[in-house]
Amino acid sequence: MTFALAMTALLADPIDIAGERAICDRRGVLYFPELRLVTVSDLHLEKGSSLARRGTLIPPYDTGATLLRLQAVIADYQPAIVISLGDSFHDGGGAARMHSSFRERLEALMAGRDWFWVAGNHDPDAPADLPGETVRELAIGSLVFRHEPSAVRVEGEISGHLHPCARIVQQGRSVRRRCFAGDGGRMIMPAFGAYTGSLNVLDRAYAGLFRRETLMAYMLGTERIFAISHAMLRPG
Amino acid sequence: MTEQPRLAEQNAAVHLPEPFLKWFAQRGWSPRAHQIELLATAQAGQSVLLIAPTGAGKTLAGFLPSLTELAGRPGRRPGQARRGIHTLYISPLKALAVDIERNLGKPVEEIGLSVTIETRTGDTPAHKRQRQKLAPPDILLTTPEQLALLIAAPDARRLFEDLRYVVLDELHSLVTSKRGHLLSLGLARLRSFVPGLQTIGLSATVAEPDELRRWLVSQNPPGGMAELIVVTGGAKPEISILDSEEHVPWAGHSARYATPEIYNEIKRHKTTLLFVNTRSQAELLFQELWRVNDDTLPIALHHGSLDVAQRRRVEKAMGENALRAIVATSTLDLGIDWGDVDLVVHVGAPKGASRLAQRIGRANHRMDEPSKAILIPANRFEVLECRAALDANYLGAQDTPPLVNGGLDVLAQHVLGCACGAPFHADALFEEVRTAAPYAELDRPTFDRVVDFVATGGYALKNYERYARIRLNKDGLWRVSNPRIAQQYRLNVGTIIEVPALNVRYIKAGSKGSASRGGRVLGKIEEAFLETLTHGDTFMFAGKVLRFEGIRENECFVSNAPGSDAKVPYYGGGKFPLSTYLAEQVRIMLDDPQRWKKLPEQVADWLRFQADKSVLPKRDDLLIETFPRGNRYYLVAYPFEGRLAHQTLGMLLTRRLDRAGARPLGFVATDYALAIWSLADMGRMFRAKKPSLAALFDQDMLGDDLEAWLADSWLLKRTFRNCALISGLIEKRHPGQEKSGRQVTVSTDLVYDVLRSHEPDHILLQATRADAATGLLDVSRLAEMLSRIQGRIVHKHLGQISPLAVPIMLEIGKMPVHGEADDTLLMDAATLVEEAMGTK
Repeated sequence: MTFALAMTALLADPIDIAGERAICDRRGVLYFPELRLVTVSDLHLEKGSSLARRGTLIPPYDTGATLLRLQAVIADYQPAIVISLGDSFHDGGGAARMHSSFRERLEALMAGRDWFWVAGNHDPDAPADLPGETVRELAIGSLVFRHEPSAVRVEGEISGHLHPCARIVQQGRSVRRRCFAGDGGRMIMPAFGAYTGSLNVLDRAYAGLFRRETLMAYMLGTERIFAISHAMLRPG
Repeated sequence: MTEQPRLAEQNAAVHLPEPFLKWFAQRGWSPRAHQIELLATAQAGQSVLLIAPTGAGKTLAGFLPSLTELAGRPGRRPGQARRGIHTLYISPLKALAVDIERNLGKPVEEIGLSVTIETRTGDTPAHKRQRQKLAPPDILLTTPEQLALLIAAPDARRLFEDLRYVVLDELHSLVTSKRGHLLSLGLARLRSFVPGLQTIGLSATVAEPDELRRWLVSQNPPGGMAELIVVTGGAKPEISILDSEEHVPWAGHSARYATPEIYNEIKRHKTTLLFVNTRSQAELLFQELWRVNDDTLPIALHHGSLDVAQRRRVEKAMGENALRAIVATSTLDLGIDWGDVDLVVHVGAPKGASRLAQRIGRANHRMDEPSKAILIPANRFEVLECRAALDANYLGAQDTPPLVNGGLDVLAQHVLGCACGAPFHADALFEEVRTAAPYAELDRPTFDRVVDFVATGGYALKNYERYARIRLNKDGLWRVSNPRIAQQYRLNVGTIIEVPALNVRYIKAGSKGSASRGGRVLGKIEEAFLETLTHGDTFMFAGKVLRFEGIRENECFVSNAPGSDAKVPYYGGGKFPLSTYLAEQVRIMLDDPQRWKKLPEQVADWLRFQADKSVLPKRDDLLIETFPRGNRYYLVAYPFEGRLAHQTLGMLLTRRLDRAGARPLGFVATDYALAIWSLADMGRMFRAKKPSLAALFDQDMLGDDLEAWLADSWLLKRTFRNCALISGLIEKRHPGQEKSGRQVTVSTDLVYDVLRSHEPDHILLQATRADAATGLLDVSRLAEMLSRIQGRIVHKHLGQISPLAVPIMLEIGKMPVHGEADDTLLMDAATLVEEAMGTK
């Protein structure tokens, strides 16, 4: 563990998900120290070029920016297993469109680790010409990893898809941040991609997914994670 | 120019056709000298700018060249091709175009002219717009956005090939915004269709008429100007400052103290127009007036956020003289006729001498009668400002803002528009664009980068060639690569960016809006304000005190609040910063005790106290006071440069003070002063020259400090969002789907972050920085101030707060405090949780 990581670990108190110890990293990934496992969700690589195809020419740097951040996380934790929890590419042609320099960087990240691509709604099929194993879902210990949270309650489910964010109001000012949303039983990951938007955890889309009384939003701060209880959260 | 009736009559006979002379005579009128002069100038083939006060018959003057020419035109013979538009009239307001159609139709009918006049606005039904292209009217009344749409159509050249005149109404208000930039490019395009095209600009008085004269004509050759006709005079307005019996407050913007006195004035006059600077002031004043309205006089409210139907009802009632008073914001600034207003009350400081003159012009819409106006300062600094503005109005001083160079985002939109109309050659379009005054200084490399941006985004990483929106063909022409691009362009045209806002809808108290869709819509309110509310908070809107029930999708649900006190004040801030000119006048007044005699006694006393306890700044000095209070140390500076420049200064000084170890905690800025508070004794630090005030206020703060702060500032993100939408980087609307404000906000912020870290010199970031410098940051004004005060900083280290510092100290806690990181708020919330859970 590097010094920077030690600091991160100190600042972020480990939480418990179905009996497994996990650290919510302020950069938006979840780390399981005992499993040496990092999971990240909704990378939405090549979203820029996907929009460009339809005439919205937003800067083509999102894939590079997202990979750079992922690189930093992986360098810190040196995980044995990486799970990309779906919507890794913004569309099915994303991997094929990716600039060769980005592809090389991604492959370098993957080398020497078990890498799983969980299928998402944006990328149901295996990414073209990339190593790693594509799965519908994955069970490790008491945990199950899938893209979309299941409608019935599943203890130990780690999912993404909804891009959660939370909002608080303090001193007449409003702060909105991406967040991990968890109730001790299941956890929904924030979206990691540079161009991904977010949806408030109080939105109807989350109805029935959490036990309200134990719902916590782990909001991503600049230096650390802030654990905010359900009562403090505001819609919108 | 004085009127010389006999000469005017002789001239009229030369220039006006017989039916017109007869029409004037039948009404017992004679054409005014400036009307004839304008006609003669136009007939001589010149473009012309007419500057005249309201009520001078500007509109008729503007249309006389068209009407006389159309009167003499032989009728269309059967089988002859239909003629294109003869005259284009462009106004900033839809309502104004509709108003003109009514007012112009009457003389046209009475004179017996067979001239067709039609409007074309966003409200015009599609079938009528279609018909207008096939059978164009002689005179088309429209808005800048509609012009942009018309020239982006493939049949534009044919539609405008017979165009003779473009009449531009309220030109002074059009030219200062990005709408003006887009319009100037549209005019350049029209001139390339019809080289002999003449323009007629109608304007209120401005500081620099030559800027407008250049704006009206091609800048090839450079410096060309339209002819100028100025109508001075009109009777001198009778303006007074309310000399209140009541205590004039130290701070605040409500002017609540003066409500009974304002009400008495309303009772004494037929119709009173009450102007305020912000919507929240309008709401408050309206509420206060009804509180004392024992005679239940018909008093109405009008501002831009109210529901359109509500506004139209008020406007109609006003036109029918059914109202005794109307409380309004700047939505009524422009030249719509408002019945028999015999008193204008201006609540709050006018912020600019020209703005005051224009607003007062509302009263007595006849030029020869004096306007009557009362100024109501809301606090003591505003007393000084009102006095300065009043002196200026008598002196005829003008302080309209100088024009700025055309925005590159607007140019990008225009380039795409041109391509949608017809393939273009870059050389030719560059020359054409440079004929527009705001783009006269545009260089070729910048233009080429804009074209590149329109084509592929203009990124250093050439990734998007295959997705290009426009392509350079072998014949040297740029063409739209796909008809869908043109369709999208038409949906996104224009430069008006709406602030994200939600509908405010009535529901029953406590019902959360889930059972029913609720009652009627009251209007729209900014999302940013609603975000600070929690369930049960009360606030003022549409003249009512409302209870916030919740937000669902694009609607904010409210119910009637019991009681009449709103819990949450809404600080909208002054929309307009104090003009440089008025700021200087206020400084001069402070420096001249002789002039205090004209001020109300309580205000003069206040200044005398200040002279006694501290010092009053000399006209070119910057006074800085430091003093302890509570367990904090305060720095108060009095630059009088307007809120925006002070905010920027506050941000930069806080950074510097932080580096110097003063541990600053926050700051507030008003139009007049800036207050910073800290944990360390700043006064002592300055005395020990660690740092010296001269070093602290050195101009070099506009270098690295500004860059570093800007990079992360929400101000820049908001500016970037506007540039991204206007330039077409991100669409305002996509066929078949409406993006809500929030979705757009999120994505432009993310795009900004990515672009800044990967390509900081991208043309859109350049455009953003240029905008911010003149807009939300007002860096240019700050730079002038920092250069002015070099060697002129006066430091007073005091044992306690000075009289002059009281107003801004009272603002602390009422206004949003800047300089606190959002993370601090998150920390507070997280700590609360930890305490509650007993974990810490």
